[in-house]
Amino acid sequence: MTDEWKPKILGIICNWCSYAGADGAGSARTQYPPDVRIVRVMCTGRIDTLFVLKAFADGADGVLVSGCHFGDCHYLAGNFKAAKRMFLVKSILNNMGIEHRRFRMTFVSASEGAKWATVITDVINTIKEIGPSPIAEERKRRGL
Amino acid sequence: MVYTGKNAAAAEAPEEPRIGVFICHCGTNIAGSIDVPAVRDYAATIPHVVVAQNYAYMCSTPGQNMIKDAIAEHHLTGVVVAACTPRLHEPTFRTATANGGLNPFRFEMANIRDQGSWVHMHDWDGGTAKAKDAIRIAVAKATKLEDLYPMSVPVEHRALVVGAGIGGIQASMDLAAAGIETYLIEKQPTIGGRMSQLDKTFPTLDCSQCILSPKMAEAGRTPGIKLYTLAEIENVEGYIGNFDVTIRRHARGVLTPNEAAAKGIIGGGCTGCGDCSNVCPVVKPNEWEFNMAPRKAIYICHAQVVPLIYTIDFDACVKCGLCITACGTKKAIDLEMQDELFTIKVGTVILATGYEAFPIEQKKEWGYKLYDNVITSLEFERLICASGPTIGHLVRPSDGETPQSVGFVLCAGSRDNTGIGKPYCSRFCCMYSLKHAHQVIEKIPGCRAYIFYMDIRSFGKAYEEFYYRVQNEGAKFIRGRVAQIQELPNKNLIVVAEDTLLGNQVQIEVDLVVLAAAIQPTAETEIVRRQFGVSCSGDKWLLEAHPKLNPCGTTTAGVYLAGVCQGPKDIPDTVAQAEGAASAASIPIHSGHVELEPYYAQCMQNLCAGCGMCTRLCPYSALSMTVVDGRTVMEVTAAKCKGCGTCGGFCPGGAIKMQHFTSPQILAQIDAFFLGGEQ
Ligand SMILES: Cc1cc2nc3c(=O)[nH]c(=O)nc-3n(C[C@H](O)[C@H](O)[C@H](O)COP(=O)(O)OP(=O)(O)OC[C@H]3O[C@@H](n4cnc5c(N)ncnc54)[C@H](O)[C@@H]3O)c2cc1C
Ligand code: SF4
Ligand code: SF4
Ligand code: FES
Repeated sequence: MTDEWKPKILGIICNWCSYAGADGAGSARTQYPPDVRIVRVMCTGRIDTLFVLKAFADGADGVLVSGCHFGDCHYLAGNFKAAKRMFLVKSILNNMGIEHRRFRMTFVSASEGAKWATVITDVINTIKEIGPSPIAEERKRRGL
Repeated sequence: MVYTGKNAAAAEAPEEPRIGVFICHCGTNIAGSIDVPAVRDYAATIPHVVVAQNYAYMCSTPGQNMIKDAIAEHHLTGVVVAACTPRLHEPTFRTATANGGLNPFRFEMANIRDQGSWVHMHDWDGGTAKAKDAIRIAVAKATKLEDLYPMSVPVEHRALVVGAGIGGIQASMDLAAAGIETYLIEKQPTIGGRMSQLDKTFPTLDCSQCILSPKMAEAGRTPGIKLYTLAEIENVEGYIGNFDVTIRRHARGVLTPNEAAAKGIIGGGCTGCGDCSNVCPVVKPNEWEFNMAPRKAIYICHAQVVPLIYTIDFDACVKCGLCITACGTKKAIDLEMQDELFTIKVGTVILATGYEAFPIEQKKEWGYKLYDNVITSLEFERLICASGPTIGHLVRPSDGETPQSVGFVLCAGSRDNTGIGKPYCSRFCCMYSLKHAHQVIEKIPGCRAYIFYMDIRSFGKAYEEFYYRVQNEGAKFIRGRVAQIQELPNKNLIVVAEDTLLGNQVQIEVDLVVLAAAIQPTAETEIVRRQFGVSCSGDKWLLEAHPKLNPCGTTTAGVYLAGVCQGPKDIPDTVAQAEGAASAASIPIHSGHVELEPYYAQCMQNLCAGCGMCTRLCPYSALSMTVVDGRTVMEVTAAKCKGCGTCGGFCPGGAIKMQHFTSPQILAQIDAFFLGGEQ
C-alpha cells in the first residue's frame, strides 16, 4: 500500500444502460482505475437529490450519476427528469461551497463499455485534480 | 420461482439482521486479480455479518448448497454473494436463497468481477479494496431488505410481429401454427421485404421469388395471421403479457373484398385486375424497382404482391377519378379514404424491421449517382431478374448495352473506419457478389467478372464450396480496396485498386461497376425500438438481451428480435432466428401468466402531502389522487407501475416507497461506503 491519496467517489447508475455498459467494459477487459464504487438503481429517475447531497455530507470526494442516453431510457424519460434535478444539485453544491465539478451526470449506453472506462478515468482524474473534499477533511480533523 | 414464503425471523421485524456473505473465485477470473481470502476475512468483520465463506464457483450446485445450508445453520435474514454481475446470476442466487427458505428478495449481489477483477487486472490492492467496499455496500442493503412477492399477471393469447420480410413472415407463421393469433404489421403495401427483390439466392441458386412467394401467399391466407400492410406502430403502452399497441393503417384508397362487404358493397372490393392502373394518367418511378421502371399513381409494387390489392399514392394522385370508372361495379376505390387508428392487445412482440442500404453515394470516390454505369448490388438484383425492369437482361444504364466486363466492389462502405461508412462487416455481400459474378459469367458468354475484395467470408454451410465454384468458372479475384473509380468519355469505368497479393497497383477498365453497399437498420427501426424501449448497439442494430445466451430476447420483457434488424445476417440465419424468436415469444403466451418483479412504488399515505406532482412525472400514468379519511393522497396502480422510481426520486416528502430500492436502503449503501470501512 502506498500513502498516495485515494479519492472516494460514488457512482449511482441505472441498471439498463450504464450498469450494463460497465459490465460490458468488464467482458472486454477494458482496464480503468478502481476509485469509483457503484450503487445500482433501476433508472436515474430514482435518484433523489438527497442521495447525492448525503454522499457529499458523508465526505464524498466526487459523485457520478450515469444513465441511458436521452431517448433511450428504459422507462422513456426518467433520465430527463433526473437531469433536471441534477442541475439543482449543481447549484446547491455551489452554494454550499463544494466545487460543482465534483458532481457529474453522464450518459453511457449498454454497448459503450469503452466509453464507460473513459468516463470513469476522466471522473477520477478530475477529482484528483480538485483534491480531497473539504467536508471529508473537516470530518477527519474532528476525528469523525 | 420456488420459495417457501415468509421466513420466521423476518416476520418479527425488530430482530437484528443476520447476513451471510459468499465470495466467488470464479476460477481465477476473480481470485487471479483479487485477494479473496483477505476479502472474506474482512467481510466477516462487517457489522451484522454472521458468516463469510468463499468458494471456487458459487453458481455451481455445491456453491448454491453452501448458501442454502448457511441460511438454516445461521438463521440468516439476508444473503450477499460477491461474484459476477446481477445481470447474469441474480436469478440463480435468488433461487438458492429461496431454496434455503428465505424470501428470494432478501438476496443482494456485489459485483466484484465484471466491475471488479476484470477491469482492475493489474491492480491487486486497488481491486481488493474495491471488492471489500462493494461487499460492505451490499451488506448494508441486505440488512434492510424486505420480503417481496412477484405479481403474477395473465398473458394475452395474441402476438404482434412488426415487419414482414422473410424474418417477420416466418415468425408469424410459426406463432400462428402454435395456435397464437398473430398480428403482422408491414409498412409497405406488400409483404416480402428485401428477399422479394432478389433474383437468386446463394449458395443453392434457388430463385428467390419461387421459394418466397408460397410463404407470402400462405402468410396472407392463414386464418391465425391478421395481416396489415401499409401500416405502422403509432403508440405502445403496457408490459409483457399486456401490451396495448396502437396501429396506424395508412389510407390505401382501395378497399379489400372484406372491407367492401363490410360496407355493404356486394361482390365488391379490389380483385387485383389492374383496370384502374391501365387508365391512370399519372406516371411515377417505381421505388420498389429502384426507380428503374415506371408505375402509376394507383399501383402494385410487383406481380406477386401479398395482399393483391392496389394502392393509391396520394402524393401523386390528381384525383381525376378515371380509376373509379374503370373499377366499375367493384367499387373498390375510395379517393377520400383516411388513415385509420386502432388498438390491439398482445402478450408478446417480435421486431423484424430488417435493413436498408447505406447511402453509398457518400463514398464520392466510387462515383455512385455521378457515373451512370456504377450501380448497387440491389439494383443489380433487379436488372438480372427475369421479372425485373429489363426482363432479366443485364444492361448498363448509360446506353442499354450488354456489359462485357463487370467489376464488383466488395466491402463498399463496410469494414470502413474512415468515418464515412460502417465499421462492421455486412456479412452477406461476399456471398451475393460471388453469386452475381456467377450470374454474369453464366448469362453473358465471354463476360469478364472482376471481384475486388478484402477477404472472402464464405462462412456458411456449402459457402466455401460455392466460392471455389465461382473461382473455377473464371471470375478474377483482386485482393485490395478500390481507391477510386474514374469515368471515361465512352462511359466505361477505370477501377483503380491495390493488389495486395501482387504488391502493385492495378487499373482495370470495365463496362459496369457493382457496389456491394454496406447495410444499416431502416430509419423506422429507430422509432420502433424507442416505442418498445429496446436498446441498440453503437452501430444502431437492435440489441439482444445477451449476445450468446439470449440472442432473440431484448431487455424489454416480452419483446424479441428476428432477422437483420438485430445485425446483418443472410436468409438461413434470419429464418433460424425468426423461429427462435417465435418460440421464445410463445412461451409466456402458452404458460398463460408471467411474474413481474415486485419493484413497484407504494404511497405511504400518512406522509403524502397530496401535492400530486408525482402523478405528472410517471410515464405510465400509474399514479392518481384519491381521498382517504378526508385527506387527498396519492394512490399507485401497481400493475401499471414499471418500477423506474422517478416518482420516488422526486417526492419532496419522501412519501413514496420504491420496493427493493427504498430510500433507507440506498442511503444505507451510501453511508456504508463513506462512513464504514477500514480506516
Ligand atoms: C443485394 C443483396 C443480395 C442478397 N442475396 C442473398 C442471397 O442470395 N442469399 C441470402 O441468404 N441472403 C441474401 N441477401 C440477404 C437478405 O436480403 C436478408 O437476409 C433478408 O432479406 C433479411 O430479412 P429480414 O426479414 O430480416 O429483413 P427485410 O427483408 O429487410 O424485411 C424487413 C421488413 O420490415 C418492414 N419494416 C421495416 N420497418 C418497419 C416498421 N417500422 N413497421 C412496419 N414494417 C417495417 C420492411 O418494409 C420490410 O418489409 C441479400 C441481400 C442483398 C442486399
Ligand atoms: S384518381 Fe388517382 S389513382 Fe385513380 S386514375 Fe386518377 S390519378 Fe390515378
Ligand atoms: S415507479 Fe413511480 S414513476 Fe415509475 S412507473 Fe412506478 S409509479 Fe410511475
Ligand atoms: S433506465 Fe437508464 S436512465 Fe432510465
